[in-house]
Amino acid sequence: MTTGYQTLDRLPVGAVSTVAALTCGGDLRRRLLDLGFVPGSTVQALQAAPWGDPVAYAVRGAVIALRRRDASGISIYGK
Amino acid sequence: MDDPSYVVALAGNPNVGKSTVFNRLTSLHQHTGNWPGKTVATARGAFTYQGAAFTLVDLPGTYSLAARGAEEAVARDFLCSGQADATLVVADATCLERNLILLLQVMERTHPVVLCVNLLDEAEKKGIRVDLAALRSALGIPVVGTAARGGRGLAALQAALLDAVRRPLPPPPPPVAYPDLTGLSPQEREDAAAEAVVRRAAALAAKAVTVPPQAHRWDRRLDRLLTSRAAGLPAMLLLLGLVLWLTIAGANVPSAFLSDHLLALEGPLGRLLAGAGLPPALCSALTEGVYRTVAWVVSVMLPPMLIFFPLFTLLEDAGYLPRVAFNLDHLFCRCGAHGRQSLTMCMGLGCNACGVMGCRIIDSPRERLIAVLTNSLVPCNGRFPTLIALLTVFFAGGGAGAFPAAALLLGAIVLSVGVTLLVSRLLSATILKGAPSAFSLELPPYRRPQIGQVVVRSLLDRTLFVLGRAAAVAAPAGLLIWCLANAAPGGVSLLARCGAFLDPLGRLMGLDGCILMAFLLGFPANEIVMPILLMGYLSAGSLTQYAGLGQLQAVLTANGWTWHTAVCMVLFTLFHFPCAATCLTIRRETGSLRWTLLAAALPLAVGFLLCATANLLLGFLPF
Repeated sequence: MTTGYQTLDRLPVGAVSTVAALTCGGDLRRRLLDLGFVPGSTVQALQAAPWGDPVAYAVRGAVIALRRRDASGISIYGK
Repeated sequence: MDDPSYVVALAGNPNVGKSTVFNRLTSLHQHTGNWPGKTVATARGAFTYQGAAFTLVDLPGTYSLAARGAEEAVARDFLCSGQADATLVVADATCLERNLILLLQVMERTHPVVLCVNLLDEAEKKGIRVDLAALRSALGIPVVGTAARGGRGLAALQAALLDAVRRPLPPPPPPVAYPDLTGLSPQEREDAAAEAVVRRAAALAAKAVTVPPQAHRWDRRLDRLLTSRAAGLPAMLLLLGLVLWLTIAGANVPSAFLSDHLLALEGPLGRLLAGAGLPPALCSALTEGVYRTVAWVVSVMLPPMLIFFPLFTLLEDAGYLPRVAFNLDHLFCRCGAHGRQSLTMCMGLGCNACGVMGCRIIDSPRERLIAVLTNSLVPCNGRFPTLIALLTVFFAGGGAGAFPAAALLLGAIVLSVGVTLLVSRLLSATILKGAPSAFSLELPPYRRPQIGQVVVRSLLDRTLFVLGRAAAVAAPAGLLIWCLANAAPGGVSLLARCGAFLDPLGRLMGLDGCILMAFLLGFPANEIVMPILLMGYLSAGSLTQYAGLGQLQAVLTANGWTWHTAVCMVLFTLFHFPCAATCLTIRRETGSLRWTLLAAALPLAVGFLLCATANLLLGFLPF
C-alpha cells in the first residue's frame, strides 16, 4: 500500500499525505498529538511562508504552521 | 445558603470566540484578541439568569489539557479542583473536529459539561452544516449552537447552563474508548491514548458535520496572497502603511479643531481664575502648567491614538496577526527567538505594557525574557503622535499630505523591528544563550470584523484611558514643569539649571538638555514628552504664546532645532527607556529588578548609540 516513509518537512506544497508516526519527543510530541497529528491523520502542505519556513499544514480541519525543523519530527507515508 | 451562586468554567481552543461568549454573557468589556493565549490569567465575570447567580471563570485557551505549558496547567488545575459546578466548552463550528479533542479531554475529567458550538454564522457562510442533535445524542451532554458576536443562541446557552447545574443529566458514558494499553511503554501509551481521542473526535465530526469540499476556499486564497513569497511582505507593509496613513490623515482635522478651541481657552480661563481672586502665581501655574499640558495631550496626542487603535484592532479581529507571525517567523527563528515573539511585538505597537504581559504566551523562560526585554523597542501607540508631529513638520513638507509622513513612520517602525531582531539575536548569543524551542502556530479562519462594535468600544475605551492618564499624569507633570520653570533661586530657573546640566549629554546625541529633561519627566507616560518639551521651550522665554501644531516648527526652530535634531529626536523617541507602566509590568512579569533595569537600559543604550552616531554622521553633511 505504501512505498516508504519521509518526514513532513519534505512534503511539497500542495501535496497530501498521511501521518505514519511521530519521531520527535518531549513537549513538542504532546502538542502535535493534541493538534491532531496522530498516525492516520491526513495532512496537506498548504503554503510556505515568504522565507520558505515555516510551512502551513491542513490537519483535522485546521491550519497549523510548523517550522521545518519541528515538522521533521513527523514521519509520513510516501517516497 | 438561600442564594446559591454557581461557578461555571469556560474552556476552549484559542480563537474560538471564547472571550466574546464571556463578554456577551457577563456584559464585561474585556478586550478580545485573535491570538492564542490572549486570556493569560483567568478572568472572572458574573451574570444572573432567572434569579440564579453565575460566576463565569474564563480559562486560558488551550488545545489540550495534557500538555505541560503554563496555560494548560491553569486550565487543568481549575477543572480538576472541583471548584466549578459546570464546565462550558466553546468550540468553533468551522473547525469542529479539532475542537472536539479538547471537549473529550474535558469530559473525561469533569461533569457536567455543556458544549457551545460557536461561530455558526461563519460556518454558514462557508456552507458548513453542524447537526447539533446528532452531537447531543452521540456525546450525551447538552449542546447549544451560538453566533456569540451577534448574540444569537446566548439565551439558550444560559438556559442550558441553568439546567446543567440545577438538573444535571446523568454522567455520560466514557467519551473515549481506549484500546488495551497494557504492556506498552509510557510513550506508546501516550500515543495510543492521543490517537484514540483524535479518532473519536473524527468519528463524531464525521457524524455531525458536513463540510463542502470548497468550504475554506476564501481562507486559502487570502493566505496565498497575504503569506506568499512574492506578495506576503509587500502586503504586510502596505496594510500597515494604510493604517498609518489613515491615522495621520484622519487625525489632522480633529486635531486642528481641538487645538484651536482648547488652546484658545487658556486666556479666558486665566482671566476667570484671576477674577475669582486667585493669586497670580497660582493662576499662571494652573493655566500655563496644568491646563496647557492637558489641552496638548487631548488635542494633539489623542486623535492619532484614537484612530490607530481601532484600525489595529480591526486587523486583529479579522485574523491577520497570526499571518504576520507566520510571515516573520523565519527572522525570529534565525535570531534565536520564539515564534510567538512577533505576536507580542505586534501587541507592543498598541501598548508596550500589554505587549510585555502578552509574553506569558511564550512557554520557554529564555525566549520569554528575550521578548520582554525587547518589547519596548517597537514604538507604542503613545509614541506615535510625537513621531507623526516630528515627521510631518520636518520631513513631510509641514503637513502637505499625510502620505509622506505615513511612509516615514512606516520606515521608523520597520527600523524598530530590525533593531528588535538584532537585539534579540544579541541576547540569545550572550546572556540568554540557547536554541529556539519548538512551536506551532494556528492560522485561524479569517473573520469579518465587527466594525461598529470595535470602533465604538475602542474609541470609548481609549478615550477614557487617555483622558484618565491625562488627568492622572499630564496634569501633575504640567504643574511640576511649571514650578521648575518658574522657581528661580539665584535668578536662573530650576528648569534652565537641569537643562544646562543635561545639555552636554544632549548635544552629544544631537539633542539638547531640554529634550532629555522632557523624556525624563515623560517617564510616567510617553504621550506627555512633547507637551513637556514645548512647555520647557515656551517658558524659557523665546516665545510666550503657543497657538497649535502649525507653530510647532517655529517654536522648535527658535530653540535651535534643525532637521538633524529632528532625526535624533525620532530615534530617541523610538529607543529610550520604557514608560513607568511598562517598567512596572516588566518588574511584575520577571519578578526581578535586575531584568527590569536591563529592559530599561537596553533600549536606552540603543537610542544613545544611534543618536550619537546619527549626530556624528549628519555633522559631515553640508546642509
